[in-house]
Amino acid sequence: MIPELGQFSLILAFCLSIILGAFPIIGAHRNNLLWMSLARPLTAGVFVFLGISILILAYAFAADDFSVQFVAQHSNSALPTRYKLTAVWGGHEGSFLLWTFMLSGWMLAVAIFSKSVPIDFVARVLGVLGLLCGAYILFMLATSNPFDRIVPLPPADGADLNSALQDFGFIVHPPTLYMGYVGFSVVFAFAIAALLSGRLDAAWARWSRPWANISWAILTIGIALGSWWAYYELGWGGWWAWDPVENPPLITWLFGTALIHSLAMTEKRGMFKNWTVLLAILAFSGSLLGTFITRSGLLTSVHAFASDPSRGFFILGILGLSVGGALLLFALRAPLMKSEFGFDLVSREIFLLVNNVILVVASASIFLGTLFPMVYQAVTDDLISIGPPYFNAIFVPLMIILVLFLGVGPLSRWKRTSTAYLIQQLSKVAMAGLVVGVVLPFIFLLEFSLAATLAVALGAWITLSIVKDISNKVSNKITIWQGLGSLSLSYYGMQAAHFGIAVMFVGVGLTSYFSSEKSVLLQPGQSTELDAYSFTFMQSTPVTGPNYIGDEAQIMVRRNDADIEILYPQRRVYLASGTPSTEMAIDAGFLRDLFVTLGEEKESGAWSMTIYVKPFVRWIWLGAILMAFGGTLAAGDKRYRRLRQRRIAAENEQISGRFSFIKL
Amino acid sequence: MKSHRKERLSIILFITTGLSLAIGLTLFALSQNIDLFYTPTQVAQGEVETGQRIRIGGMVKDGSFRSANDSLQVQFATTDYINDVTIHYEGLLPDLFREGQGIVVEGAIDELGVFQASRVLAKHDENYMSQEVKAALDAAGASAENHLLSSQPET
Repeated sequence: MIPELGQFSLILAFCLSIILGAFPIIGAHRNNLLWMSLARPLTAGVFVFLGISILILAYAFAADDFSVQFVAQHSNSALPTRYKLTAVWGGHEGSFLLWTFMLSGWMLAVAIFSKSVPIDFVARVLGVLGLLCGAYILFMLATSNPFDRIVPLPPADGADLNSALQDFGFIVHPPTLYMGYVGFSVVFAFAIAALLSGRLDAAWARWSRPWANISWAILTIGIALGSWWAYYELGWGGWWAWDPVENPPLITWLFGTALIHSLAMTEKRGMFKNWTVLLAILAFSGSLLGTFITRSGLLTSVHAFASDPSRGFFILGILGLSVGGALLLFALRAPLMKSEFGFDLVSREIFLLVNNVILVVASASIFLGTLFPMVYQAVTDDLISIGPPYFNAIFVPLMIILVLFLGVGPLSRWKRTSTAYLIQQLSKVAMAGLVVGVVLPFIFLLEFSLAATLAVALGAWITLSIVKDISNKVSNKITIWQGLGSLSLSYYGMQAAHFGIAVMFVGVGLTSYFSSEKSVLLQPGQSTELDAYSFTFMQSTPVTGPNYIGDEAQIMVRRNDADIEILYPQRRVYLASGTPSTEMAIDAGFLRDLFVTLGEEKESGAWSMTIYVKPFVRWIWLGAILMAFGGTLAAGDKRYRRLRQRRIAAENEQISGRFSFIKL
Repeated sequence: MKSHRKERLSIILFITTGLSLAIGLTLFALSQNIDLFYTPTQVAQGEVETGQRIRIGGMVKDGSFRSANDSLQVQFATTDYINDVTIHYEGLLPDLFREGQGIVVEGAIDELGVFQASRVLAKHDENYMSQEVKAALDAAGASAENHLLSSQPET
């Protein structure tokens, strides 16, 4: 009975979403205040009923209700409770419910935190999101209902959660990634509302910016968590594999990064409005594309859910309708909104434009590489795959160019900057960066390496130009503290995120070129050397977990005859499904990670294992944390919260907005 | 106004040049990095040149797995139930590698005519069959579902 309540609640949420998608939008069109004011309560209703739905599904997991097909496929009575609860997103149906619930959460946030935005605009935003939400729920009800029962004979026990998912990373990665992904729907809805109302102005950009920044920050964390999880769980020692399902979040992230920069330009200078709208649509399409690729089973990947073509067609339908409709609206409305401000060839506008072009090109080439095998198959009927070399060959040079410009952009000025001024400001920074790039890796590695020099020099280039910019801004104040206090949160946010890029750059560069790994077969007592470390296999002992059995090896790590750490990698077999799983052991450090994955025992008593030394790998995720922190800081800037002033401004704009609406 | 237009033109030129350069380089990089996919039957019939990097999809043949006792060398046959290809690999195999499981191997045929794999991929979801394996079985006319069901534990 209870699972049926979940489904009933889902149906109610669907009905409310459709009403939300209809009345407030029509109300905004007809200037009917009552219909517009329905938007907020309806949004709350959608959120509540989707919340009830997902809670009921979680309850079905907690109560081991194996008559529910989704529970029977993804849980087991011996599964630890934390994985039972999170197994809600352990498969296609439940994870899509989570996705939709996240969307309703964002909608509720818009309803609550948009008090200063005119009601007709809010009504349109929530209406667009309501339509989207309705389409998602319809998709669930039609093709992937998480509450489907197994009749007449439910199994006695469940098939268990995929053993690779029974991990902390699984608890945090999917919700964070989804939250970031879905957040871009809000920015999309703001763009559509702006197109619908004809109010594509600086105020619109100001309303959108915090949402774009927060979504971007969460998506950054979501991707980084995925990378970190793959690194320690999948046992390849890799933190990024250019997997077809890893790519769409990156595509979305790159569009999103372009978008937050372009929004800055639209807010401050009223420029590139059409471009900003297009980027909002592209970032949103990236998120839907990710869903499509994961759930249609069209591409081969470690992430892919068991496939069902009808789901693929349905999502393609949603993708086509929403993106196609948005682009059509864009084509109809966009030419009416012209940018009128000019700028010089050397100006902040140009640097932001360069940023946007590079990010969009990078994103598009990843898109091409991800979908090319599909297109190729459709045309020639041959199966191919595009390997990491392609993505590296494109992405790495583009990012190097981007980072070179990143050092210059923040120091340049709007409208016009003299080249001589930039050279005067930055020549010492460039020299210092180069020196740091040559000297620092040499101290650590005692050898010259072009790759290390490049990575460190570029990291230093960004970092020093940030220092230069801040010291410029502070120097004309009486005290340093007064100077630092006068800078806005969004300025600090920008610099923190840029510093994050520097840290990540150094991490990626050094870990890519200086990681070592080695697969060996060791008898108990035997040792092997890798870089400056020696690894001794001491012994292996059997272990028993709640739902698995396995072996654990003890490996002593030494450096210069000093003990560093004993690592305990495991090899497990999960009892319910019979799947084997390796649990690697990691000694994490600021400057390097050491880790070991255990293979299998030979008849001779020797164990096969792979040993890795990864310098600076933590810097990759540290960089991501800094970026997300920066994005959050920027979103918290007080100019987005200046309620009274904004309300007056909003009312003024509302009047002018009406006027432009009449003109349309 | 005129200089304004000139600037706009130079921006457009800049973007167009950048874009066409990027597209050209992208297509070049794409053409350099295509891994073609073959079925075991195609490989057995000698359609693959020595040294060419390819992918093969198929099932691990029951009873074909051998591993050396003193090294990480392994050997197994991948099959589409019509023809087999013997695969040599040195290293640790993925968790879900087992006989009867669909896998994809990446590598090349060496001078001695032996397929040396550089990577062995097995999927994390056992109910999910890789498109490449499915294509190989379909091409061989074997009913993939029947073989899959018989070779997998009840779930």
